[in-house]
Amino acid sequence: MTTSNSLVYLIALPLAGAALLLLGGRRTDKWGHFLATALSASSFGVGLYQLSQMLGRSNEARPVSQKLFEWINVGSFNVDAGLLLDQLSICFVLLITGVGTLIHIYSISYMSHDHDRRRFFAYLNLFIAAMLLLVLGDSYLNLYVGWEGVGLASYLLIGFWNQKPAYATASKKAFVMNRVGDMGLSFAIMIAFATMGTVSFSGVAEHAHHTSEAALTAMGIMLLVAAAGKSAQFPLQAWLGDAMAGPTPVSALIHAATMVTAGVYLITRSNFVFDAAPTAQLLVVIVGAITLMFGALVGTAKDDIKKALAASTMSQIGYMVLAAGLGPVGYAFAIMHLLTHGFFKAGMFLGAGSVMHGMNDEVNMRRYGALRKFMPITFVTFGLGYLAILGVPPFAGFYSKDMIIETAFNAGGVKGIILGVTTLIGASITAFYMSRVMILTFTGTKRWDDNAHPHESPWLMWLPMAVLAIGSVSSGFLLSRGDALVNWLAPLFEHHAEHEEHLLEPIVVSALALTMVAIGVAIAFFKYSRQEVASVAPEDVSIFTKIARQDLMQDRFNEAVFMRPGQALTATLVAADNAVVDGTVRGVAKTALGSGSALRGLQNGFVRSYAALILVGAIALIGAIWVVVQ
Amino acid sequence: MNAANYLYVSALLFTIGAVGVVVRRNAIVVFMCIELMLNAANLSFVTFSRINGDLNGQVMAFFTMVVAACEVVVGLAIIVTIYRSRRSASVDDASLLKR
Repeated sequence: MTTSNSLVYLIALPLAGAALLLLGGRRTDKWGHFLATALSASSFGVGLYQLSQMLGRSNEARPVSQKLFEWINVGSFNVDAGLLLDQLSICFVLLITGVGTLIHIYSISYMSHDHDRRRFFAYLNLFIAAMLLLVLGDSYLNLYVGWEGVGLASYLLIGFWNQKPAYATASKKAFVMNRVGDMGLSFAIMIAFATMGTVSFSGVAEHAHHTSEAALTAMGIMLLVAAAGKSAQFPLQAWLGDAMAGPTPVSALIHAATMVTAGVYLITRSNFVFDAAPTAQLLVVIVGAITLMFGALVGTAKDDIKKALAASTMSQIGYMVLAAGLGPVGYAFAIMHLLTHGFFKAGMFLGAGSVMHGMNDEVNMRRYGALRKFMPITFVTFGLGYLAILGVPPFAGFYSKDMIIETAFNAGGVKGIILGVTTLIGASITAFYMSRVMILTFTGTKRWDDNAHPHESPWLMWLPMAVLAIGSVSSGFLLSRGDALVNWLAPLFEHHAEHEEHLLEPIVVSALALTMVAIGVAIAFFKYSRQEVASVAPEDVSIFTKIARQDLMQDRFNEAVFMRPGQALTATLVAADNAVVDGTVRGVAKTALGSGSALRGLQNGFVRSYAALILVGAIALIGAIWVVVQ
Repeated sequence: MNAANYLYVSALLFTIGAVGVVVRRNAIVVFMCIELMLNAANLSFVTFSRINGDLNGQVMAFFTMVVAACEVVVGLAIIVTIYRSRRSASVDDASLLKR
């Protein structure tokens, strides 16, 4: 393995930016955002340099490591704070710093009216640093530090406008639900330490061969819990919709392109665990399949453009998790969809931000309509992202999503058919709700108030959108040409080249997928383009719509199953504490007090009674001695 | 003569003194009762000295007399002072410590 001393700069640059802006205070207000953007861009530059170095080496020599310092050294347990940049991390590094830099540029303009813009950029830089640590850490423990770091940055940014109580609550909700996942990750680390005595990726990969399957399954399930928490997968997905309370660039960067894909990274990185634990792997697939349908169904009912996109993110990450759960054949496709999704979803979120920017921060799509004429650039860039997520050839999603559907069909047996059909239906619903977003926002008649003056956003905002749109168009083609990404990642995964028979030919899968997508688009077209759209959400809707509007009752479920019993438990514990613990303490005090007041009666001030007491005492003492001596 | 008889007298004197301290109100009488108890103890000391045939008890009696003399000086001074301020020598009247 090659070593390099420049890996640390990837993290150190944005971290220095965050520290400088947070500690520098108001003095850095004037130029803070430029500094943050420049540091993020230079981190991207380091990433590109590393990529160019990596391309020049053979497969085996490509991973680069750097030891920072000795972190924990207890007995036989050694953990170094070390960085590892291999074929997988470099994909993430470039996505994080690349998309991150674009979103920094976008935010300069988007947040220009916010008097706390400096703090916003400090948090963005903090996020970039933490996310890079997450993907560069060479052990689960190092990853954990980054994992918590992005959770903190996410919390700070969701609640950036915490003067609104609802937004502050949303950030707390995200934080608490993420804690559940974090607990899973810490358990996984403990299991790794207890059974293998090491927590580094290379160490666990080595020991995984001769560790019991039960331990690996337990570790895999705990890793899945962690991934579900961070990536908003079922059953820990409820926080993502509320996370849209954060400023839109945050939603684009953290809650669409990068942080929420950390779960996919974790599963892919832990391939050696999941490959040896089929039960855990099956659970991954099931979670992915449920979430992709869940997110898609929620997406159909949301009128808030950001929440619709958030539901879509959830669904698309479901695709990635499903692919990652299919084992070595699926890892590369999961990463490919992750990268293309990073482009088109970030682009669409920025487009949504651009629309909101021009519409007085209105998020209700029923109050949009006919914005195509007023925001042509936003329309085009959003539209390219839309075509990409639908999977229309030759846009990015076509390559990545079709690969996942195809892999799902070829998983073999009933499982393959169920997964294949699920992904196909998911694609159709995706087409429906994304078309709904497009139609409601950009076409039809205008449904906004007269005091809204829609206008195209300044160039600082549309430039990143345009770059991301180019990515949405080309990334799929570039990554899949000659199986570029698959071959790039192949050395990391143990691929047993057993060519099982294909259930469906790729061309058939593509045709099926396109047909399903066309059906989805057609339904949306007839429902929203041919009919008048109400500017207020109709109340007399079917029970299914009502349920979907409430995120399929997930919050209600959590409240009934976890929150209320939790409250009851704490109430009981408080009552028990009051009765037993406090009762004992108070009882002792009361006894002392009562006996004291009773004895106080003896102290009456009369000398003769004192003398009598002394006499009685002396006689009693003599009597006692008498008895003892006898 | 049987030495035990001296002890009986001593016990009788002590009891009279003790009852007097508890029962009587006049500070002078209480004071005299205390003297009575001290001297009952002295009598016991001397008697035991005689029974055991050594001088320890007699020496002890001298110590008691010295202590009693000191006590008389201090005690009478207190009683006189109380009498001057309250025109009464009753020990029950001097019960201000309680409040």
